[in-house]
Amino acid sequence: MIAIIDYGMGNLQSIRNAFEVLGAEVFVTNDPNDLERATAIILPGVGAFRDGMRNLREKGFIPILQEQIIEQKKPYLGICLGMQFLAKRSHEHGLYEGLGWIDGEVTLIKPEKGGYKVPHVGWNEVQFKRKCSLFNDLGEKETFYFVHSYSLVPTIDEQNIVLGTTWHGTEIVASIQKGNIFGVQFHPEKSQGAGLKILENFLQLVRQQGQDQDKK
Amino acid sequence: MIVQSINFKHTNVIGNAITAVDFFNSWAIDEIVLLDVSRTKEYHEEFLRVVKELSKRCFVPLTAGGWVESVEDIRNLLLNGADKVAINTRAFEQPSFIEEAATIFGNQCIVISIDAKRRADGEYEVYIDRGRKATGTLVEVWAEAVEQLKAGEILLTSIDHDGGRKGYDLNLIKKVTSTVTIPVIAFGGVGKWQDLVEGITVGGAEAVAAANIFHYMEHSTKLAKEYLVEQGIDTRKPFFYVLNAPRKPEYKVRGY
Repeated sequence: MIAIIDYGMGNLQSIRNAFEVLGAEVFVTNDPNDLERATAIILPGVGAFRDGMRNLREKGFIPILQEQIIEQKKPYLGICLGMQFLAKRSHEHGLYEGLGWIDGEVTLIKPEKGGYKVPHVGWNEVQFKRKCSLFNDLGEKETFYFVHSYSLVPTIDEQNIVLGTTWHGTEIVASIQKGNIFGVQFHPEKSQGAGLKILENFLQLVRQQGQDQDKK
Repeated sequence: MIVQSINFKHTNVIGNAITAVDFFNSWAIDEIVLLDVSRTKEYHEEFLRVVKELSKRCFVPLTAGGWVESVEDIRNLLLNGADKVAINTRAFEQPSFIEEAATIFGNQCIVISIDAKRRADGEYEVYIDRGRKATGTLVEVWAEAVEQLKAGEILLTSIDHDGGRKGYDLNLIKKVTSTVTIPVIAFGGVGKWQDLVEGITVGGAEAVAAANIFHYMEHSTKLAKEYLVEQGIDTRKPFFYVLNAPRKPEYKVRGY
């Protein structure tokens, strides 16, 4: 059973619909204790970093996430805000602490050339930088739907976690992976075929992990 | 029910909204706009149910609108699965509503719908209330105000060209795109794929919308996309993905 965390930010219906349509067993929860029985954890979210982290903290998710994902190594997929939380800090409307699992900061998108507007809204092409099972059957690049003003910038030492980037007057990290932790800045639940394929691949990964664990 | 409209007068009922969405999903449409164009608000509950059903199978951004008069109305649409909400009449009657909505829900969520008709003097006048009421306001004046009030996008419809299949009213589109910096979605009049191209290259619109031509033809959105790609327009290539999601109720075929 895959858990989708409800911490009061953004519409969860779409992501839940997407997983259900793919035949996955999902449940939505705002109770950290439920994560114990989850095989994987999804953290979606649209909104401000500060409010999101505050909500997670107030509902008691932080220590449980630390235990489930860092110690137990359950697969984690952060979508949009859910990916940004992985950073050490965010500069959105102030300076706020993130989960700190990825060495990097969340900063405002600053397009170098003219003609690119912020927020970055719409379909954009993601160039895959290295192979990952998350992008199975998707070729070297694919188009996804973005809607954000800030993005996660990993430090130089963490560059190998970058799975894909997109261009919007400046390079934006579109997807990352660090062990069992996956993040996508775009919205797979709004990216039609390509997005659903990513979710399908994530499900495969979760099932594979489950089988490997049973064999031990 | 999807209705074909010509000059904003309802004509043919084309069919079931869910079937249409399934086709569009399979054939790479980028976004879907669902408008409650009923003459009165009495069908609004029903409309919310349709949005909910549709959103279960719609994996591209979904904008819903029609009869949006309050923050409550916006919230209901979003809760029922819409990603963005389109507002027309109420925004014009009470402009502060736009800013209020953008502040609460985020400006990326608020689309202001503007319907316009060409006047005898060549200027374009804004109409509200399902195209029934002339406002006396010039379209570029209203568009500029809409941007100031923090709307995320403008859905611009030509009442004259609606259903006419003679192409967009490119002058109207140009008037608005040259006035605002927020994205403009052109709508009303598409009769052939080249019209979509011109909406972008001549009109300057960021996005091009159509209804009739997509509803009357199968594969139409795929063909449209292929044409745009051929003409060098930067757009997402069509990608066929079969959604294995059985519809309820499932009909059992007898005797086979």
